[in-house]
Amino acid sequence: MLAFIIRRALEAILVMLVVTLIAFALFRFVGDPINQMVGLETGVDEREKLRQALGLNDRIVVQFLRFVWHALHFDFGSSYQFKKPVTELIAERLPATLELSFVSAGFSLMLGIPLGIYTALDRRSIISKLLLAVSLLGISLPTFLVGILLIFIFSVKLQILPSFGRGDVVKLGFWSTGLLTTSGLKAIILPTLTLGLFQMTLIMRLVRAEMLEVLRADYIKFARARGLNNRVVHFGHALKNTLVPVITIAGLQLGSIIAFAIITETVFQWPGMGLMFLQAVQNADIPIMAAYLLLVAFVFVTINLFVDLLYVVVDPRIQIGTRDG
Amino acid sequence: MDDAKLNEANPIGLPRNASAIDAVLDSDLLHSFLGSKLTVAAALVVISITLAAVLAPVIAPHDPYDLRSLNLLDSQQPPAWLKDGDWRYLLGTDDQGRDVLSSILYGSRLSLGVGVLSVAFAAALGVGLGLCAGYAGGALDVLIMRVADVQLTFPAILIALLIDGSAQALFGVHREQTLVLGGLVLAIGLSFWVQYARMVRGLTLVEKSKDYVLAARLIGIHPALILFRHVLPNVMGPVLVIATINLALAIITEATLSFLGVGLPPTQPSLGTLIRIGNNFLFAGEWWMTIFPGVTLATLVVAINLLGDWLRDALDPRLR
Repeated sequence: MLAFIIRRALEAILVMLVVTLIAFALFRFVGDPINQMVGLETGVDEREKLRQALGLNDRIVVQFLRFVWHALHFDFGSSYQFKKPVTELIAERLPATLELSFVSAGFSLMLGIPLGIYTALDRRSIISKLLLAVSLLGISLPTFLVGILLIFIFSVKLQILPSFGRGDVVKLGFWSTGLLTTSGLKAIILPTLTLGLFQMTLIMRLVRAEMLEVLRADYIKFARARGLNNRVVHFGHALKNTLVPVITIAGLQLGSIIAFAIITETVFQWPGMGLMFLQAVQNADIPIMAAYLLLVAFVFVTINLFVDLLYVVVDPRIQIGTRDG
Repeated sequence: MDDAKLNEANPIGLPRNASAIDAVLDSDLLHSFLGSKLTVAAALVVISITLAAVLAPVIAPHDPYDLRSLNLLDSQQPPAWLKDGDWRYLLGTDDQGRDVLSSILYGSRLSLGVGVLSVAFAAALGVGLGLCAGYAGGALDVLIMRVADVQLTFPAILIALLIDGSAQALFGVHREQTLVLGGLVLAIGLSFWVQYARMVRGLTLVEKSKDYVLAARLIGIHPALILFRHVLPNVMGPVLVIATINLALAIITEATLSFLGVGLPPTQPSLGTLIRIGNNFLFAGEWWMTIFPGVTLATLVVAINLLGDWLRDALDPRLR
């Protein structure tokens, strides 16, 4: 067990190093950092001085190690466009993105799991077929299109929900939350639907498929043969065994929710990290791009690591030590 | 594959062509295709959108790229059947006086083109690497599969956005059209190759221990030739299925990148760019600039997904 944990942790660190290398390459070789930092009127001498001061004339390996060292101390330099430290900018934007991501994840789990169970247990009913047809749409439609359609219906036509921004926010220490004000709660509805729809349909289809699979298993037949009623069989026996893969996928999806938040935040002008990253991409603001890349990679690697470990804890059938199943 | 072999060993000696056509007409694939009304409808939708896109220069009522033909007086016209509509512009015009219908036709052309090219690129890369990894094994296998594992932990859209964003930072926003297209195809292709590589590697591992590969090796055929002449045809079925499903994903990814402003520029808009442009006018009530390209994109993607689902069920039940 310990060996497994250590090996997975080492792998995670290796992945982070590779991503750091990519981020460093972006920072160092895409465009000239000096050109981005100074104005047009800065002379050649001053540029060279700045270059020397920033250590851009050192050996590449030294520069990379320095980059890693700074990254470990959450120092990613200053944004080219905002002229502020990137860490500060990200800290400002982080609450908005995390709030949206967690509310969406909650929405997709709380709706996806019951709907999945229902469509598995009652799969010949018209409602089930309708739900499956809608879920195909949910999987097929691009996120941004869903957002635009929701804005068109609820903001432009019905005019009952806001179409952009976070509404009023309350400061709780360093965290700014929109979940405590009416306008904030109203503002999060449409982005949540947009971001959560795809995950919701995914979880629903997954729960349905797993449930159908489990219901065919021998121990379910045995439970029925013992004369247990449907409720105990479905929820006591079947559901419990369905949830292991669902938890795994849901955990992994949390990462992609944070990534897909880029699109949702753009559609709704939600003041989060995703929107800032996109603006950074459009303006070639490399420090923000590099920092965001590292942050997202870190989130992904951590989630993957946890899911892997959780898997071993939850499901003792998994053989530790044999990698390729 | 098996049908073809049976025909070769055809004892009655029917003409080759006739039996081949018979084989197609009588195949399980065709029966299952015609048996599903939804699939036939989806196929018809895909074929008609593709035809309309390919024939855009012939059938489009206006040329959206010809700036001289634009008239600002005609801008922001609603669809023809509404009040103030003009029958010259069936689906209305955008803010520059471009005919929305013509833009959609030309836009579908670009969306489909980028989609097909990037799927082809991703498939070629993934199949090639998968074949090599599976056949060679050893360090090469470990290296390729490790890279694939790492990439699989990140969503494709993020990788595409990053590659395309770096390309933009590297070459500037105002690049040439071919460079933009190439960058998009590269970005989308590089973010989708993993699935092919993993699938093909697994299949190659199975195929390589089969007798025909051993026989080919015994008579000293070059490994590259064995891979591409003998192994490749036997792993192509699942690749086709993945490619179909990926086509829908690639089209969505291109549309998303264009919508986010890092894809195709407004001067040569794809469906995603059109939606982006129209989105600015949604609040003014000028919904047709967004909704019509949006509906076209949604219809195309849903139809391709339906086709892909059917193909997966028909060709390879194991993938279900």
